[in-house]
Amino acid sequence: MWKCFSTRASRCFSTSASNKALKWWDHVAPAPKDPITSVTEAFLADTSPTKINLGVGAYRDDEGKPVVLQCVKEAEAKIAGCDFLESVSSAVSSKLVEESVKLVYGKNSDIIKEGRFAGVQALSGTGACRLFAEFQRRFYPESQIYMTDPTWSNHHNIWRDALVPERTFHYYHPDSKGLDFSALLDDVKNAPDGSFFLLHPCAHNPTGVDPTEEQWREISYLFKVKNHFPFFDMAYQGFASGDLDRDARSIQIFVEDGNVIGCAQSFAKNMGLYGHRVGCLNVLCNDAKQAVAIKSQLQQIARAMYSSPPIHGILLVSGILSDPNMKALWVKEVKAMANRIQSLRTTLRKSLEQLSSPLNWEHITNQVGMFCFSGLTPEQVDRLLREFHIYMTLDGRMSMAGVTTGNVSYLANAIHEVTKFG
Amino acid sequence: MASTMLSLASTTPSASLSTQEILKGKVRLGSGRVGTLLNKEKGNPFIKAKSFGRISMTAAVNVSRFEGVAMAPPDPILGVSEAFRADTDVKKLNLGVGAYRTEELQPYVLDVVKKAENLMLERGENKEYLAIEGLAAFNKATAELLFGADNPVIKQQRVATVQGLSGTGSLRLAAAFIERYFPGAQVLISSPTWGNHKNIFNDARVPWSEYRYYDPKTVGLDFEGMISDIKAAPEGSFILLHGCAHNPTGIDPTPEQWEKISNVIQEKNHIPFFDVAYQGFASGSLDADASSVRLFAARGMELFIAQSYSKNLGLYAERIGAINVVCSSADAAARVKSQLKRIARPMYSNPSCSRCQDCC
Repeated sequence: MWKCFSTRASRCFSTSASNKALKWWDHVAPAPKDPITSVTEAFLADTSPTKINLGVGAYRDDEGKPVVLQCVKEAEAKIAGCDFLESVSSAVSSKLVEESVKLVYGKNSDIIKEGRFAGVQALSGTGACRLFAEFQRRFYPESQIYMTDPTWSNHHNIWRDALVPERTFHYYHPDSKGLDFSALLDDVKNAPDGSFFLLHPCAHNPTGVDPTEEQWREISYLFKVKNHFPFFDMAYQGFASGDLDRDARSIQIFVEDGNVIGCAQSFAKNMGLYGHRVGCLNVLCNDAKQAVAIKSQLQQIARAMYSSPPIHGILLVSGILSDPNMKALWVKEVKAMANRIQSLRTTLRKSLEQLSSPLNWEHITNQVGMFCFSGLTPEQVDRLLREFHIYMTLDGRMSMAGVTTGNVSYLANAIHEVTKFG
Repeated sequence: MASTMLSLASTTPSASLSTQEILKGKVRLGSGRVGTLLNKEKGNPFIKAKSFGRISMTAAVNVSRFEGVAMAPPDPILGVSEAFRADTDVKKLNLGVGAYRTEELQPYVLDVVKKAENLMLERGENKEYLAIEGLAAFNKATAELLFGADNPVIKQQRVATVQGLSGTGSLRLAAAFIERYFPGAQVLISSPTWGNHKNIFNDARVPWSEYRYYDPKTVGLDFEGMISDIKAAPEGSFILLHGCAHNPTGIDPTPEQWEKISNVIQEKNHIPFFDVAYQGFASGSLDADASSVRLFAARGMELFIAQSYSKNLGLYAERIGAINVVCSSADAAARVKSQLKRIARPMYSNPSCSRCQDCC
């Protein structure tokens, strides 16, 4: 779908050599803008003093400013001046992977003790998903990937570019603005045995709708019966409940049930390391020996894509996770970020109810994590943009991290304005 | 970890392996028609023949469905460093990976990098996402380093520049672009060339073949062979050239030879594709080392150039580089840039924010 050829069937050459050279890119059409990053671009260009960016899922403080976590500042100070610019040593990379994986399986997990996982650092969540998608295609060339409807827009791009066809399965119920659980189970049941599924273990993006623990158990059991492969994209660990362990519970349920899983982790949001591109990919294995084989294949895929990941972020993350004091500080800071978002959810919902909005806004506080799937239509989103300089993606996904005590009333009023007539 | 790496070359771990045995594990996917290899289960080089296929689950057993995954061969370059690290002999010497060392055989952090880092610490830079195409100031600076700030291609805004993950990442963006917009076109690479070039084009499903380059008889350039092979390639092929300081031979064409190479590329309507990983290391002058690229640009040709700051800024592990595409118009450059971004987004979303400020 990206082969946008011009009306000429192929490149058109004129007879003279110098003219020939000037026709190479005629058939390259302009790419469509990314639906998420283009929102930020438009926001930055806007000069309105009341503008609000609810587009990209990046945490902001109550002044609407980006935050460098205290634990990160301390980690930076520790590594400043160290001559660490060469390759990532295997000791450093193993440390990062091991500490990351503890966040997924629990620090006392047998999986970690027995080395029954293949883990590599990755370029944040995108890079981890892409490594897995390429690996999936290489070893299961006929397979497809089932994605929630809806899911993060870049998931479609990732598996498409890895040449893995996608299917969707029911997830979000637009009427209840919650989980369409029975339809979800039906789709899981009806998929061919041994299908690959992409799941969000917590703080679903874009809907903010997570299954309950009981619902996860049912899903996990069904996966085991159907021999499906669950691949978890965990980009917001800590943001759903404020508790990192609790947010990984869904994955642990699947593992306890005997499912073999894969997991992508991102430290962009919960450590505020967005631009450093730090993440981790791990795949469960039979044993340590198989783990070495799988890891070698993942590294080979990475080698031909970017050779090795940027070291700075790796040093920060492994430094924080392996120091008990810094890790404790980080846990507190994650909780504080999640709490701020939760309190603004409550405030926004109350404000809308106080404005006597005719609509039901319970979903603002029912949904969890960074995003609220507001239910606003594209027309309403467009009005918010044009009349109020409030930016969000066209699907009505609001990044609650962009809401502050300073702008929540303005936001509530604006939403009320565009929805008061239904 | 080191001992694990040493055992990669054989299926049964063995007590001691020579470097040669490690390097023997190199897999060559061959020239041309790579795309079909990865599509068919039969002959899939990544899968052990006997145990390919999905595992049917028996109750309550954690059986991995990746049973058929064979051990990948160790990387022929990085594997050398691993072996070196594991070696306990005091006389050991690492002449493996291309990373700069001081007289004392230590890695070197450039003073300019330290200064820039201090500046950044003072400014308290945040860690927000860069744009998909990277830092605008960096993209401007890197193109100017390559072409010279007064170059018409820069003044006319005809260069699409996207920050990439060092040389590898930039090459991969270009390879993916070639696969998407020039399906079936092949890349000609020098014989020999940097080992990872083949992996990059294989994984991007771009067919490649080799042109003669190194002449072992003269330990010099096989210029006639090179010209002849470039001439013989199908019209509209991509010719991968090393801008300076050829890796691995260290043999560069003379300015006169570069003229003749650009003549034949132009005659055959090929696209030149430069890999510039060592700008500054060939002659000591950053400008002189860019003269091959500037010659081609001055002829009005459209070309690709991948850059790396691993070596010349000592930023190896920070993964800083760029892909540049010189186009015939600013409009074409804008379109090409937008499509490069579209390739980058599902690969890693946006590039590393660390250190690219240093480069500016």
